[in-house]
Amino acid sequence: MAQRERWIAVLIVLPSILLIAIFVYGFIGWTAAVSFSEWDGIVPDYTWAGFENYNQLFNSASVAGRRFTIDLWNTLFFTIFFLLICIAIGLLLAILLDQKIKGEGIFRTIYLFPMAISFVVTGVVWQWIFAPGTASRPRGVNALLNMAGLDSLRWGWFTDTTEIGVFHVALIPVIIAAAWQLIGYTMAMYLAGLRGVPEELREAARVDGATEIYIYRNIVLPILRPITLSALIFLGHISLKIFDLIYTMTGKGPGFVTDVPGIFMFETTFQGNHYAQGAAISSIMFVMVALVIVPYLIFSLRQEVEI
Amino acid sequence: MKFRFSFSRLVIYGLLFLFAFIFLIPIYVLVSSSLKTFAEVQDLSQLWNPPSGFYLESFRSAWFGVPEKGLRGLAQNLLNSFYLTVPATIISSLLGSLNGYVFSKWRFKGSNIIFPLMLFGMFIPYQSILIPLTQTLARVGLGGTLWGLILVHVVYGIPITTLIFRNYYAEVPIEMIEAARIDGAGIFGVYARILFPLSIPGFVVVIIWQFTNIWNEFLFAVSILQKAELQPITVALRNLSGSQIKEWNLVMAGAVIAALPTLIIYIVMSRYFIRGLLAGSVKG
Repeated sequence: MAQRERWIAVLIVLPSILLIAIFVYGFIGWTAAVSFSEWDGIVPDYTWAGFENYNQLFNSASVAGRRFTIDLWNTLFFTIFFLLICIAIGLLLAILLDQKIKGEGIFRTIYLFPMAISFVVTGVVWQWIFAPGTASRPRGVNALLNMAGLDSLRWGWFTDTTEIGVFHVALIPVIIAAAWQLIGYTMAMYLAGLRGVPEELREAARVDGATEIYIYRNIVLPILRPITLSALIFLGHISLKIFDLIYTMTGKGPGFVTDVPGIFMFETTFQGNHYAQGAAISSIMFVMVALVIVPYLIFSLRQEVEI
Repeated sequence: MKFRFSFSRLVIYGLLFLFAFIFLIPIYVLVSSSLKTFAEVQDLSQLWNPPSGFYLESFRSAWFGVPEKGLRGLAQNLLNSFYLTVPATIISSLLGSLNGYVFSKWRFKGSNIIFPLMLFGMFIPYQSILIPLTQTLARVGLGGTLWGLILVHVVYGIPITTLIFRNYYAEVPIEMIEAARIDGAGIFGVYARILFPLSIPGFVVVIIWQFTNIWNEFLFAVSILQKAELQPITVALRNLSGSQIKEWNLVMAGAVIAALPTLIIYIVMSRYFIRGLLAGSVKG
């Protein structure tokens, strides 16, 4: 009887296991196979090309290589600033909301609502806000600067091709839009963490004469450290694969100033029919995300077993 | 002392209001631009001003389309989003519930290896499966169809729905299940009599989470559905905003229409939304 039910249990999850095996693992392998092929056109062509597609992407003398190099730098800077802003402001808002605030629920709802709307909507709105317009007809923030008599501060925002080293300043508006959407997430994570800090612990420190700032620095923040790790991993993997937001808001931009691997992959595969090249880009994206996620999954599931 | 206390409160509330103001700027832009007439959005000296009146003309055009300008209405796309999101949400929630039941209460040999392998599926960049996916859907006759896209959302929803339900069921005490088994309940009996009735809040969390994610999704939809009359609202909105002659009042009205369903759910049920958010990222 029990043995029979054990088999039924396996049968219940079997369809899901098979679907994941095919649609995740099988397809990732298939993509890898395409990335080593000569498939360049609508008709599949699995002729072996070796590492040719990868060599192209990492050869900065080729057109694709130049674009992909920019993409990787853009991803790096986007990720660093996006993570820093989300963590810093998310933590700040959580600590502020943890001060027994009147109307806490309303503030929380306002900070978190961007999480409920699509990256496409976000892209449309922030495109309006940062659209530069022209010198005689400024738009968006430039129009505000113009009205305030600060015309000298007017710049091209996400269309600006200025570089600081290898950092494209055009990424700044995109980073702001992405942070606007996901700061609420880090805030919610930290707030849940703060609510888990036992009040007695803080009370005891207060009795000992500790200041509030001391309590946060030495008692509360160390407890929140695992949350920071989770948030970094979660936000980091989002920024490595970001597509919808940038594709809607700016696209690849002049001289690829706001291009990322997700956009390059989409355009080269589905608009250019360079399937092998698209597969190579997405395989690289997969490896980048896997390097972040796999250690984290192993780490957190092992911890769970110990508990 | 009293002064310092109230001064720090002032700073705290000041910062909270400042951030609330910044967070709401895009909403102001959305609403005010969508309520303007085309002539009004064209007037850049009025760019940031509120609308001079309450014009619903942009919504009417965005909804029904403007055939003489070659603009399709978004009404059909909004319907498509519902046709896509509702079945995909229901199927993936049920699947997740059954899977979560097995992975929490009927662990089998190898299940603690299979489960993390399954979870990994929710983190992958979907670009890395997109080419085989579109090829396969085309080969089995689901290419370019809503059913194909529904299948895709069900499959890639399995990891997160399974995770949330597994964690939810893990907290149901084993004694309750043993009591039911002594009463003669089998594997399905325990599920139907004990776990399913207990998991209504779990279903609310998962349904809200899946609905929001599938409604807002863009990459799968734009890669799979080429026909404009089948596309969900996210893809239609992006096409509207990418068109040559950009009528911002129309685009913003479209954005409001696209955002409203999930926004309403969020405002009404934010408690459950936050639980889904935390469940999706914090470890199992």
